[in-house]
Amino acid sequence: MAGVAVSTTINGDSVEYLCQPDETLLDVLRDRLGLTGAKEGCGTGDCGACSIILDDRLVCSCLVLGAEAEGRRVETIEGMAHGDKLHPLQQKFLEHAALQCGICTPGFLIAAKDLLAKNPDPTEEEIRFGLAGNLCRCTGYDKIVRAVQDAATVMKGA
Amino acid sequence: MRYIRPLSIEDAVGQLAGSAGTAAILAGGSDLLVRMKGGFVEPDLIVDIKAIAGLSEIRETADGFSIGAAVPCAVLGESAALKKAWPGVVEAAKLIGSKQVQGRCTIVGNLCNASPAADSVPALVAAGARASIVGPGGKRTIPVGSVPTGPGKTSLAKGEIIEAILLDKRAPRSGDAYLRFIPRTEMDIAVVSAGVNLTLDEHGVIKAARVALGAAAPTVLLVEEAAEALIGRTLDEAALERLAKVCFGACRPIDDKRGTIEFRRKVAGVLARRAATTAYARAGGK
Repeated sequence: MAGVAVSTTINGDSVEYLCQPDETLLDVLRDRLGLTGAKEGCGTGDCGACSIILDDRLVCSCLVLGAEAEGRRVETIEGMAHGDKLHPLQQKFLEHAALQCGICTPGFLIAAKDLLAKNPDPTEEEIRFGLAGNLCRCTGYDKIVRAVQDAATVMKGA
Repeated sequence: MRYIRPLSIEDAVGQLAGSAGTAAILAGGSDLLVRMKGGFVEPDLIVDIKAIAGLSEIRETADGFSIGAAVPCAVLGESAALKKAWPGVVEAAKLIGSKQVQGRCTIVGNLCNASPAADSVPALVAAGARASIVGPGGKRTIPVGSVPTGPGKTSLAKGEIIEAILLDKRAPRSGDAYLRFIPRTEMDIAVVSAGVNLTLDEHGVIKAARVALGAAAPTVLLVEEAAEALIGRTLDEAALERLAKVCFGACRPIDDKRGTIEFRRKVAGVLARRAATTAYARAGGK
């Protein structure tokens, strides 16, 4: 298989890579670029652990080919904090202990960031529906929902 | 395996028609990548159609709407004009998958995946939607219901691409609705589903109706007799009862882990009733 040359933007940086035509963007991020924040849970778009934002759309990076990122903007969990300063969602996830094993956390944070960008003042139901594409097998979701509600309050005040 | 991203539909058609091995069209990839990962398909050529001009747009024309093959379902939900004209089509498209999947999946993909349980397909069939197809022999337009021919199978020939789904301009006093049964609140495959599209006269009498059932047969069912049960009447209890009875009788479902034949037939009637009630209200009927 011939490699595909891709130029894209990841977390604001121009990035170039070569990938195989059948290689997912998730595999490119993790195995070629060392961005291991996005996790592979199911690999079939069911669990949301590999969530990223592609041109302002929340997507599962396991359902995107690496080749498709050509000329597009990719945002991953690695771009969420500014240096040592955590994003309010990250801070509130810590404060509310909204994680246990942590595998689902990057996906939840990215999905919650996308949710609040489009709906800064969501109801609890909107949060639960908005995050339904992310599965957590530890927390039971309540702490995650409370962390997102709290972060929304902080972000509205900012 | 080769990955290409043609800029024109003619180039895409030419590449597909000229490919020696198996070729796959990539729009949202929410079915294709899962099948590749599972080892069910290993295409020699992947044709990404998202860079083709116009395919990522919803266009409102004098005749109605043209929804490009690469438009993600999330975008359908963001189109106020489409939602106002065809709320049933939009609510069906919005039921497919999670937020993450919505950002990628397309109604043309849903149609060409040819699952009997596809959510957007009964709504499109009820809406009388057409598929605009480009192929090596030129262009043709066919009813959406003529695309799937069985589970996983379509009537498309080698090299053909559905470039858009066409929806008519709305007649006054029209409404559509789609409902499915799933055992959860969301993100599941329809056990059975119903799409209803109605147009009323100025007295609230139904003058045109289309009723389609999903997951009730190997392909989507357009139930003509169900439409006949509604036409010429207001949506009174007798009409609703007749509708449910006809839908019960029209189903040819299977028994599987999601539901039994008896359950599917009964629920098809219930959903048709409820979808008709919503469509009637949306059309301004009281």
